[in-house]
Amino acid sequence: MNTFFNIHGGIHPEEEKHLSNPGTVLDAGLPQSLVLPLSQHIGKPSSLCVKPGDYVLGGQLLAEADGMVSVPLHAPTSGTVIAIEPRPVPHPSALDNLCLELACDGEDRWIEYRGCEDWRTETPESLISRISAAGIAGMGGAGFPTAVKLMARERLPLTTLIINGTECEPYITADDTLMQVDAAGIVEGAQILARILAVEDILLAVEDNKPAALAAMRKAAETAGEHCKVMTFPTKYPSGGEKQLIEILTGQQVPAGGLPADLGIVCQNPGTAVAARDAVCHGKPLTDRIVTLTGRALMRPGNYRTRLGTPIEHLLTVAGFDPSQNRRLIHGGPMMGFALESAAVPIVKTTNCILVPTEQELPTPPDAQACIRCGLCAEACPASLLPQQLYWYARAKDQEQLERHHLADCIECGACSWVCPSHIPLVQYYRAAKGMIRESKAEKVRSDRSRDRFEAREARLEQEAIAREAQRAARRAAAEKKAAAGGADDPVAAAIARAKAKKESAGNEESGS
Amino acid sequence: MQAVLLATLPGIGVLTWFFGPGTLINILFGGLLALALEYSALRLRDRNPKRYLQDYSVLVTSTLLCIALPPYAPWWLVTAGILSAVILGKHVFGGLGYNPFNPAMVGYVVLLISFPLQMSSWQAPRGLGEIPGVAESLTALLVPASYDGVTMATPLDILRQNKGLLLDDLYNNSPQFGQWAGIGWEWVNIAFLAGGAWLIYRGIFTWHAPVAMLFTLGLCAAIGFDSGSSESGGSPLFHWLSGATMFGAFFIITDPVSGATSNRGRLVFGALVGVLLYLIRVAGNYPDAVAFAVLILNFAAPFIDQYTQPVTYGHKPIKRDDE
Repeated sequence: MNTFFNIHGGIHPEEEKHLSNPGTVLDAGLPQSLVLPLSQHIGKPSSLCVKPGDYVLGGQLLAEADGMVSVPLHAPTSGTVIAIEPRPVPHPSALDNLCLELACDGEDRWIEYRGCEDWRTETPESLISRISAAGIAGMGGAGFPTAVKLMARERLPLTTLIINGTECEPYITADDTLMQVDAAGIVEGAQILARILAVEDILLAVEDNKPAALAAMRKAAETAGEHCKVMTFPTKYPSGGEKQLIEILTGQQVPAGGLPADLGIVCQNPGTAVAARDAVCHGKPLTDRIVTLTGRALMRPGNYRTRLGTPIEHLLTVAGFDPSQNRRLIHGGPMMGFALESAAVPIVKTTNCILVPTEQELPTPPDAQACIRCGLCAEACPASLLPQQLYWYARAKDQEQLERHHLADCIECGACSWVCPSHIPLVQYYRAAKGMIRESKAEKVRSDRSRDRFEAREARLEQEAIAREAQRAARRAAAEKKAAAGGADDPVAAAIARAKAKKESAGNEESGS
Repeated sequence: MQAVLLATLPGIGVLTWFFGPGTLINILFGGLLALALEYSALRLRDRNPKRYLQDYSVLVTSTLLCIALPPYAPWWLVTAGILSAVILGKHVFGGLGYNPFNPAMVGYVVLLISFPLQMSSWQAPRGLGEIPGVAESLTALLVPASYDGVTMATPLDILRQNKGLLLDDLYNNSPQFGQWAGIGWEWVNIAFLAGGAWLIYRGIFTWHAPVAMLFTLGLCAAIGFDSGSSESGGSPLFHWLSGATMFGAFFIITDPVSGATSNRGRLVFGALVGVLLYLIRVAGNYPDAVAFAVLILNFAAPFIDQYTQPVTYGHKPIKRDDE
């Protein structure tokens, strides 16, 4: 076994990965219509290039990237655009977002796409533009535009690409499955990404609870040379967190507020690697992904190849949903996922799992009790924070102490809430506190700006007043000069003389009557 | 919390063996009283008593206080202690989790300052005096005026009042001394040590505070031992196995609510308790000092927390290769 480093904290929840039978890909089928949010990634929403009524083919561009940090969106099948309007999307806020609805015609006709002949001879720029044009955003969950991440090499010297196949969250087996069925694709994708980044070392990280994926990856890595290594390490949640994985593999910590690139490292998800390979070698845009449908309220749990935009209610039907058994739908896993308000929301580029547990399986948490500062959370925290202290400061809205206790370094993995004997939903407090700090910072920027504006205006008014005063003084000086030159010419003196003459003549008339 | 109650059993057992059923009677009486007080306080504070009583915290408080009280204490002494602990130590601050001081120790110190005579009347251990039965214990509790027990100075008292005897002579002259420390007391301490070790093994609390406290107490005792002269403060082993040392180390300073919260903080907290404990024992006005040492450090806990924050991920100073 390779060497690895231990990280602080971590927990061992029930894995429940066997439920979704990793290693087999099922077909989720074609729903009647697809709902495609224009924002399935971090950054600006894509900008539409179709309108309602348009007929589109599979793979056709529906929306273009809007600016640098954005990605395009393609049709996952053929059909007619029937609506462009706000719809519920998978997001913890449960807010609506602009979506495009595509009525599938069932024929699934596609445009022809073509990849490059040999990626080894392409320039990094042309490879990046292919990945960018395919609409790829990080498929591990964050959804950061992949092409943007690949430009890190322009700023910092890079040495290592890590393919993060850790998948430490319980229940989820989408990456596990992909590694088993397309290890070669992942390795080739990784090689393409490594060429773009100009890095030599590729580390394929797989937790030791996935022996089949590990074997497949080892076999595929053999063909890729000595710089491509499969790394394995003991299972622990959250080893798959980007920062945690980097420490496990390298013993180094990403500096606070920094990026893995500061250590010369870029991390990518296996799904992203395969999507990049498809984009480069076949010219295929990202229009589907593997989604783990799991939980004991499903009769046919498994890993389903799912077109983006497929409504979750369609998937529930496919997977044999038993509504009598279930009260909650979770987007993502039990640790970091969030509950969905409705089954009408679609699968997006970052959806790796839909968890449909029974009440018995994932009981509604009991009411929170008082924090007794037992410190179990601090033992479990992979970021070495003091969650018990953050909890108090979050409740007290003590921004200064929250920052002193490094709230910003919380990765929201939920290990603290999981171990809390008082069942306090700690992470939710931290999310709220982060939001509060963000808002107050924005507020500060706003107030700074208006103060600057106010001060600038004051300064300008003052300048104008000074200028006016100067003008007046100049005029007065000119007039005085003129008066001194010839008294008759002075209009004021003349006016006074006139008034005096008038008064005198009036006085004479009065005395005369 | 139930585990903490279970872990006190060996200590209570040994206390009962050496000093008779007085402690057990205290615990039963105090426990019932504490439950009643907790219930009323929760009702007054408009909380659901059923839900909060299930956390067992009030029973832990009352049991710990009653272990610390002298056996055969009169009912009003126990009542005053439980009232102070539950109401003054806990509920006035907002209940469990909000109390800055260890409630049991608040109760204990109120009694120690208010009723020094009753608080220092310890039953003589088995072998040195007659052990009362259950009936006599109940008399002592309920009709204190008609109870007359055999009390005796504890080894800590004797050592504090020692003027001029070498330590060996003191041991030989006083029947209260046993093999390592006081008769009875040494086994009481060993039993609490065993209960505490089990709690650490169970992961109920971490080793940091107890180990730090015992370490500094031992260190101070080693420094002040003075090779057993008449000025000696007692050996480390004597201090470890006397009075409330082990009880304090494993059942009092491990209270998470009123102690320091990070592991580093717990080391500092425990170490300072150990130092204070020794200083008050040898140089203060009281023979034992767990309660005072703990309450003083409870004050300091938030301050300790401020300066013992662990290094967060990504905040390690970066090593530079070019240096």
